[in-house]
Amino acid sequence: MPVKEGTYGLLAEFDTPGALVHATEAARDAGYRRMECYTPYPVEEAAEALGVVRNRVPLLTLMGGIMGLTTAFLMQTWISRWGYPMNFAGRPLFSWPAFIIPTYEWTILFSGLSAAFGMLALNGLPQPYHPLFNAPNFRQGATDHKFFLCLEATDPRFDVNETRAFLEQFHAVSVVEVDL
Amino acid sequence: MATKGQISDPMIDPKTGEFAVIAPGHNFKSVTEKIAGVVLTSSTPLGWFFGLIVASGVATFLVIAVTWLFLKGVGIWGVTIPGAWGFAIINFVWWIGIGHAGTLISAILLLFKQTWRNSINRFAEAMTIFAVCCAGLFPVLHVGRPWLGYWLFPYPNTMNIWPQFRSPLCWDVFAVSTYATISVVFWYIGMIPDFGTLRDKAQFPLAKYIYGLLSLGWRGSTRHWMRYETASLLLAGLSTPLVLSVHTVISFDFAVAALPGWHTTIFPPYFVAGAIYSGFAMVLTLAIPIRKFYHMEDLVTLRHLDNMAKVMLGTGLIVAYGYGMEVFMAWYSASHWEFFMMWNRMFGPMGWGYWILIATNIAIPLTTLWSRKLRVNVTYLFILSLVVNTGMWFERFVIVVTSLYRDFLPSSWGTYKATKWDYMLYVGTLGMFSFLFLLFVRLAPMIPMNEIKMMLPQTKIKGLDAETTVEETA
Repeated sequence: MPVKEGTYGLLAEFDTPGALVHATEAARDAGYRRMECYTPYPVEEAAEALGVVRNRVPLLTLMGGIMGLTTAFLMQTWISRWGYPMNFAGRPLFSWPAFIIPTYEWTILFSGLSAAFGMLALNGLPQPYHPLFNAPNFRQGATDHKFFLCLEATDPRFDVNETRAFLEQFHAVSVVEVDL
Repeated sequence: MATKGQISDPMIDPKTGEFAVIAPGHNFKSVTEKIAGVVLTSSTPLGWFFGLIVASGVATFLVIAVTWLFLKGVGIWGVTIPGAWGFAIINFVWWIGIGHAGTLISAILLLFKQTWRNSINRFAEAMTIFAVCCAGLFPVLHVGRPWLGYWLFPYPNTMNIWPQFRSPLCWDVFAVSTYATISVVFWYIGMIPDFGTLRDKAQFPLAKYIYGLLSLGWRGSTRHWMRYETASLLLAGLSTPLVLSVHTVISFDFAVAALPGWHTTIFPPYFVAGAIYSGFAMVLTLAIPIRKFYHMEDLVTLRHLDNMAKVMLGTGLIVAYGYGMEVFMAWYSASHWEFFMMWNRMFGPMGWGYWILIATNIAIPLTTLWSRKLRVNVTYLFILSLVVNTGMWFERFVIVVTSLYRDFLPSSWGTYKATKWDYMLYVGTLGMFSFLFLLFVRLAPMIPMNEIKMMLPQTKIKGLDAETTVEETA
């Protein structure tokens, strides 16, 4: 594997969600855009501070649902009418009211799978490696009781020294540089 | 409402008089330590090993019964004509009904923003999955040649035959397989962030590695969390109509048949309510010993037990209405066959089953659950949950057996008697269920850590810009 060199970003650690959201808002006001918060539970205020408002999971779910609905209905219609036409107690071959129930189930099945796997795909998971796991304090608390803000080096406003000074004014527990 | 004497209890919220959902004094770290500690500890409690040995011993019955069934065929069961549906269908409906409470807790209560559900939803979902595993065994074994069970699914084959989509039994295949799949996916998605926590907290390299794989590299990024929350909400919204449809479809297995005792329109709602009733009873059966054994009384509090008992009271009343309506319709239909079926069900040779059902499902729970004192009495609730589980088993016994064994022509009347293989298979699934559940509480976080953290007072954010304070957005 090619070894990447350089800095991924600066990671600031906070003890409370309030401090994290405060720092994130200030960073956004200062013009930073390529940044991300890491929290042990979903913090909606952090998403608002980052300007993350909507995502495409509902769209994928809708598409999955439409696909399940049409797949199940057309499949049953084809099987019952053309694939394997059988006379069951004189019922019509295209007895669509009976087809509604499997159609209903597959609509839910396909949309549910789209919601779950679509969410994972949009999140880029599974992703076993991430530069943040190199940070010594990240794995101590990001999934436990600490709140992190990472300002990424790809941001045009990013400068190791200036950004560090900027982050330190928010009473961060620590600010560490994360290698790629 | 709390009486004056109880206000000093730290578990009671003085504002509402209700029991607290989480005991005071918890913070983010203590929640992680408490829940992850059960999984990551190096000293497994002896009681757990004891439970596992008992459960696997009982599950051996399942192995023996299934092996003998494979060798001999369904003739070893008590099913005959006219009673062609016996224990297999009773147990199938019973188990799948139990599963429904898990989905109700994880999906419907999430949509209704009942945050108290957070403490119990993970193991209720686990209960759902293991119950569906047990349920799924029965119809597959009942088809006679289980190794050809895949013929139930529509797939292109060289025989050039396809399923018959006008049959409720085919609808069952779709409903139950969808239910199992969505339940597993919902359960696993819910555990990903907690697996991340376990990965970061684990000391042993193997545990780190396995939980690392299971966590898929979860790192708690806010953008990820937002998509995750959307997906959870959508899965909840999809599971809600799903769980209602599954037992509806199962009730169609009966209701579509033109048989007195089965051919009724009340079946779908009454089956769904009964499913939730028995499911909550099973959640209590599991939650009460677990919270005691693992000292989880501060996370699964009396509030949860009280609320679950209230849900049981509500669904129990719907079930009671269903029983009443069946009797009323037997009379009101003016159908000789309906009337005889009901008379035979109550006073025929198997009438004892009906009266056990009325006693355990209606008389005992629905008279006592009104009392708050009894609803928060842990011992009473535990016993009651076993009573209701028995009652719900007898409900399916009454529906299946008493409707079948004396049908239209007295010359074709018969009886139904379960054999030892029927009992072994049933008891064996109880063993398998307990075995899987014990593995789950040891190897996976039984309470969702991230959802508990969301309910802590420390999550409140103060001193922000006006538009982002919690008070404003709430």
